[in-house]
Amino acid sequence: MLTLFQALILRPLLTAMIALRALRRNKLRSALTALGIIIGVASVVAMVAVGNGAQARIESQVSALGQNLLMVFAGNRKSGGVNSGGGSASALTLADAAALAREIPDIVAASPETTTTVQAIANGRNWSTTVAGESQDYLKIRDWKLAGGSMFTEREIRSSAKVAVIGSKTAHELFGPLDPVGQTVRLKNIPFVIIGKLASKGAGMGGQDQDDRIIVPFTTAMKRLTGEKYIRLISLQVASADRMAVAQQQIVSLLRQRHRTPPEHDNDFSILNQKEIADTVGSISGIITMMLGSIAGMSLVVGGIGIMNIMLVSVTERTREIGIRVAIGAQGTDIMLQFLIESITLSLLGGLLGVLLGVGISKGIAMFADFVPIVSTGSIILAFSVSFAIGVFFGFYPARKAAALDPIDALRYE
Amino acid sequence: MSAIPDKSDQPVIRLDGVAKVYKTGDVEVHAVRHVSMDVRQGEFVAIMGSSGSGKSTLMNIIGCLDKPTGGRFLLDGVNVADLSRRQLATLRNRKLGFVFQSFNLLARTTALENVELPMFYSKPLISLGNQRRRAKEALEKVGLANRLGNRPSQLSGGQQQRVAIARALVNQPELLLADEPTGNLDTRTSIEIMGFFQELNDSGITIVMVTHELDIASYCKRIVVMRDGEVISDTENQNRRLAASERATLDHAEKEAKLA
Repeated sequence: MLTLFQALILRPLLTAMIALRALRRNKLRSALTALGIIIGVASVVAMVAVGNGAQARIESQVSALGQNLLMVFAGNRKSGGVNSGGGSASALTLADAAALAREIPDIVAASPETTTTVQAIANGRNWSTTVAGESQDYLKIRDWKLAGGSMFTEREIRSSAKVAVIGSKTAHELFGPLDPVGQTVRLKNIPFVIIGKLASKGAGMGGQDQDDRIIVPFTTAMKRLTGEKYIRLISLQVASADRMAVAQQQIVSLLRQRHRTPPEHDNDFSILNQKEIADTVGSISGIITMMLGSIAGMSLVVGGIGIMNIMLVSVTERTREIGIRVAIGAQGTDIMLQFLIESITLSLLGGLLGVLLGVGISKGIAMFADFVPIVSTGSIILAFSVSFAIGVFFGFYPARKAAALDPIDALRYE
Repeated sequence: MSAIPDKSDQPVIRLDGVAKVYKTGDVEVHAVRHVSMDVRQGEFVAIMGSSGSGKSTLMNIIGCLDKPTGGRFLLDGVNVADLSRRQLATLRNRKLGFVFQSFNLLARTTALENVELPMFYSKPLISLGNQRRRAKEALEKVGLANRLGNRPSQLSGGQQQRVAIARALVNQPELLLADEPTGNLDTRTSIEIMGFFQELNDSGITIVMVTHELDIASYCKRIVVMRDGEVISDTENQNRRLAASERATLDHAEKEAKLA
């Protein structure tokens, strides 16, 4: 028992002491060697944090689109061989929107949308903005809050009321610091009473400013502003995320049926599934994170090669020392362990400092970038254990070389 | 293993037709050809010879750093050829002490740490406190009690060799092997080192020393001369020099010279 304890615990401890002394004697060299690992580990930690942060940011933008959102866009209509492009078709009608809401049980809310750009005039100022005709459920579908006032009701839709909900940016441009609720805005010379103000939502997925808009009942928009009887898109909310695929299928078959699309023809509409976007974006940003991480991982390997290089130099340089130790009674395993512990100490030390540096870099990036890098415990543990493995892997060859030296040659070495 | 009474009649070293052949390419070099001799407890043997005589190779074999290609070498009754690399290392650590021409101390390591070195590899392990204590004692014995913290570069050649002797003795070996121990030292320091060896030998330690200088060999009790890998003479040293008295004479002479 005692000898086992000695062999497994005490002897490695003594050897570690020798190894640490050797590292202390070459402070600058040890520090430079560890620097390779420090940089490698720091870049892994920081790059993965940047990737995770960017991913979280993109995902939050996607989820800001709304809850379990499906968007049905009007597709292109071919008439006599002339393809007028997407959105030109005007194949979607209010009846389609009503049918979808009525006949597909998983759909809990629907909002037909028609948009136009008008010059809004109010408070002695004017501002070109997007006016969107929507249903009373639009804010719920888009998970959008009001900063003041209220949303128009179903009754106001039925009566084509001249009421409007104003985006925060538009409100700022027209009214400055004044409260827009209760004020009047003229759209195409028609006065609308502003009954609500939207909370700020920031830039959308395409980069457009979602806060620069005015929302009015779709009935009012179609009658008074656009004069069209077709709608551009229908926003739909599905009861739960796992019903979205089913709902999408049902929408396709219902709309094909309503539009009497022959089986050999393509859909005359297209569907944008928020979950699919989220999944796609998620997988893309996951790939980017992985790429960043693996590029950083390369530098870790380079750092490991640096350790191997220095250890090989160290073995050659200390050939004489190895000869002395062996002559005096050191076993091959003692010599091997000594050099292995040196390389592991270098890489672990580098790993520790690298993690600290990586966290610091992430914090620094957070100060300049418009997203916050997320340092994950997983990446710290991974980088740390990889740096340990590198110490073992790249230290093994030099250590074995040292242990295999012939003591007579080693003693004679100049 | 071997009982104490056996020890007196069992030689520390028994060389029985030992030979060593090196092969470099197609050329065979017979470094040592058929050497047979015994070294008993308490002997002080000088192995002499010009370079290429095979004395260093023989020393490496005796030091268990090299294995003979022919014949048998028994160290303390154990056939070294039967031992593994591992066992040889343990044997060197326990039974042998080495003193080299170029001292072979670890640079940038204090005298004390250098002397502790063999105890690092001892089995069973020696506690760090005991290592320190024994290393201090060994350095005191060679008169370097006030140089414990000095590095080799801060010591004179004679002092370095004394640190090396302390290191060789710290594990209480049965056999002290010295390879040209005075080769890098001046006359006065050489006498001093040989004085140490004579003292150690008087206290019972067996010493085998390789040298090519006759005046150094003449401090030993027995002189073995080698040429072309063979022993050509093996005689008792009749006119043994005594380092202690020579030092006294030398001191006296130097004083006179200064007076003059």
